[in-house]
Amino acid sequence: MATAATSDIKWWAGGRSPFNMEYGKLMMWYFLMSDAFTFGAFLISYGTIRFSQNYWPDPNHVFNAFPFAGHANLPLAFVSLMTFILIISSVTMVLAVHAGHHMDRKGVIKWMIWTIVGGIAFLSCQAWEWTHLITGHHPVLIDGVVQEIGTTVSRNPWGPDVTGMMHDGMQVTKTGPVAFGGYFFGITGFHGFHVLSGVVINIIMLIMTLNGTFDRRGHYQMIEKAGLYWHFVDLVWVFVFLCFYLI
Amino acid sequence: MQHSSNTHSPEVTFHHAPGDSASTIKKIVRTTVILSVITLIELALGFGIYMLHKNPDPSHALILFIKGVIVILSLLKAFYIVGVFMHLGDEVKNMIMTIVVPLMLFIWFIAAFLWDGNAWRNLRNTDAGHRPAKQEQVTKPVDAKKPGGIE
Repeated sequence: MATAATSDIKWWAGGRSPFNMEYGKLMMWYFLMSDAFTFGAFLISYGTIRFSQNYWPDPNHVFNAFPFAGHANLPLAFVSLMTFILIISSVTMVLAVHAGHHMDRKGVIKWMIWTIVGGIAFLSCQAWEWTHLITGHHPVLIDGVVQEIGTTVSRNPWGPDVTGMMHDGMQVTKTGPVAFGGYFFGITGFHGFHVLSGVVINIIMLIMTLNGTFDRRGHYQMIEKAGLYWHFVDLVWVFVFLCFYLI
Repeated sequence: MQHSSNTHSPEVTFHHAPGDSASTIKKIVRTTVILSVITLIELALGFGIYMLHKNPDPSHALILFIKGVIVILSLLKAFYIVGVFMHLGDEVKNMIMTIVVPLMLFIWFIAAFLWDGNAWRNLRNTDAGHRPAKQEQVTKPVDAKKPGGIE
């Protein structure tokens, strides 16, 4: 095995990467680390504001809808679907990278297509969820008048219940903390934008594979780098899922 | 000592043995199952919180405990995604450290800011946020002609 002989190598004497890694891939790792801090800063800021409030909407109450299920109360259902879509697309990406290691062009093409399908499916789910949240109106008591409002960056209908007050068969609430919408749309939007750019990168990789670019280069390193980005997007979702939907 | 099949960069000294396909696929499948099972447990716990909230007077300590468990499970998922799917575990140790050590900042980052958020809530719930300034503004007449006075 090659690894057995590496102890004699002068790693820092030049001519080779001390990290045994190709430049582009190493820089992808450092980009992802910095991106982790960006997402981390957003999520921590959300946590700070949430901790500073006496009341915060219950995610099981806010995210309880499912497409074509009408007003059925299905907490966590839709977001679990989104989570599984992203996990599965991460798996197909690993399989594409694996096929690339074996110079298996057909395998790379097949798994890249599935990964792209998964990414588009996730984005479609997110589009539905946003639409549902913005256009789904709920009766809220504002300045003594019941108004029907949706969730936006400036309005939040998910406040505490006004006891004993109903409006068209729906419980009337007070307005909730306004930061809720801003953080939700801001952070899931920033993540969704990452998914979108990941899909675009994957499509470019697919086209390059179809053109035989990587076969001519003799390696599928680019698929690996795109894969790192894609897994990172999945990784961020783990924490977005945690912070917005689970706890 | 090089694996000739995909030697592509003079920077890279040795390649991780691609391994036989079957064992790699097996590892991927195993990780997929682990990630899915953890997610299902998280969802079950999340649903548990939902059921607890139906109780008019839920145990907040229990809910906090369940949330803590969910956080730990998420970190476990992150570990599997980064270690296996992103192959960070297979890299040179020095390289792993340049990624992992800076991320340690998050420990301070999370603790400090959540603490701060909590302090704000305490201010909100006491009169500290609205307390009028104690000292009254004292206005002394200023003699413009004296040195140090306003011109």
